Amino acid sequence: MATYSTNEFKGGLKIMLDGDPCSIIENEFVKPGKGQAFNRVKIRNLKTGRVIERTFKSGESMEAADVLELNLQYLYTDGEFWHFMNSESFEQYTADAAAMGESVKWLRDQDLCTVTLWNGAPLIVEPPNFVVLGITETDPGLKGDTSGGGGKPATLETGAVVRVPLFVQTGDAIKVDTRSGEYVSRASKDD
Amino acid sequence: MLRARAAMLREIRGFFEQRGVLEVETPLLSRHANPDPALDNLRTRYRGPGAAGGLELYLHTSPEFPMKRLLAAGCGPVFQICKAFRDGESGVLHNPEFSLLEWYRPGFDHHALMAEAEALLRRLLPERGAFERLTYGEAFGRFLGLDPHRADSARLRQCALEQGIVGADALDLPGVDAWLDLLLSHCIEPKLGRPAPVFLYDYPASQAALARIRPGAPPLAERFEIYIDGVELANGFHELTDAEEQRRRFEAERAERAAQGRFQGPPDPWLLEALAQGPLPACAGVALGLDRLLMIRTGAKRIDQVLAFALHNA
Repeated sequence: MATYSTNEFKGGLKIMLDGDPCSIIENEFVKPGKGQAFNRVKIRNLKTGRVIERTFKSGESMEAADVLELNLQYLYTDGEFWHFMNSESFEQYTADAAAMGESVKWLRDQDLCTVTLWNGAPLIVEPPNFVVLGITETDPGLKGDTSGGGGKPATLETGAVVRVPLFVQTGDAIKVDTRSGEYVSRASKDD
Repeated sequence: MLRARAAMLREIRGFFEQRGVLEVETPLLSRHANPDPALDNLRTRYRGPGAAGGLELYLHTSPEFPMKRLLAAGCGPVFQICKAFRDGESGVLHNPEFSLLEWYRPGFDHHALMAEAEALLRRLLPERGAFERLTYGEAFGRFLGLDPHRADSARLRQCALEQGIVGADALDLPGVDAWLDLLLSHCIEPKLGRPAPVFLYDYPASQAALARIRPGAPPLAERFEIYIDGVELANGFHELTDAEEQRRRFEAERAERAAQGRFQGPPDPWLLEALAQGPLPACAGVALGLDRLLMIRTGAKRIDQVLAFALHNA
């Protein structure tokens, strides 16, 4: 079993804590001049996404988490699971709804996602930062409107709903920032 | 930043010159290791004339032992500005190599030395105003509602959990003092010295290090620390001068290191000899972290901001 001592702690290191895989965000060394040293660590639980603070005695060791990030291609969903493939090794992976989270609403077949694997199984699926999706439904806008102000809801081909400027029409393709869920620009379908 | 450091050093030297305190230098490299379980020496090796097989040397953790030997030889009041080295210490407030101001005053007790430290720091930090004085017991009472001189490990662990120190239930600490360190560093220190600097003094006898212990119920160590903006800036003692008591403390420290399976360097016979034969005059001494003082003077948030080159690019 691989372990990391507090002296190896740094941002991005993956350790097991209370049975869950976690990622270290920040590591602060605390030591009175004449006293016991501690490491006060900010940690993200990769399963729940929650950030917690935790104090360790300096020199303690923690079990390493078998966590790996890969770029995988989204293949399809069977309704219950989402299937991905490593386009180099052709190895396939199956993610459940918990791992997919909000990502579900941005994905089209063939999109390249960042998938965090824990013990070989998808734990977190992150969509590309920007996706281009077609609009399946939105109210007709007013003529002469520019991209500023107002806006209206538009339903995308994946089912996601985003606010778009009034001039954007059903059938258009738009670029969306998946981190904020916001419209970026109109796009050609080939983008 | 280079100019700010030079100005600070100039002001400190001016302060001590006015008061007739002599600047001295003592070796950074020692043949002996510090037995204090809270500190670890960096080790190096000399090879050459007089040491064909190589001689292990230790970079000092502070100039305390040789300065006390000078005091025992009758040097009078002295100060030193030097680098000190501590293995295992690196972080926002720590660099394994750092600058220290250490000074000793024969005839002073810890209260007289606190007054002088306040005079120095009020000159260096004129906007800070008068210092607050708070005993270790009062601080724990005020911020945590407990008596640090009577609480046991179980009570302190419970307090840590009540204070929201996550992981306290899983911590395996060696004793009451480590639990007190946890509470002090997590719950009290961050609140000290905002904005008025604080002297924390009269520590538990078990944390005396090299301070005199004043008998009483409870007995108290005549030791103080200075906090500004939640940062520990200095540590001072009404110095222990009794050679026999010093020998017992060294032995207890060495036993504690042995029990923890830690490195044991050769003990220093010369300090004990100086205490026995000098004798060491009744005195008080304090060590003050100059990099941290410069951080406070310049508003820096991390120690590497006030160093020309920190560990990562030294």
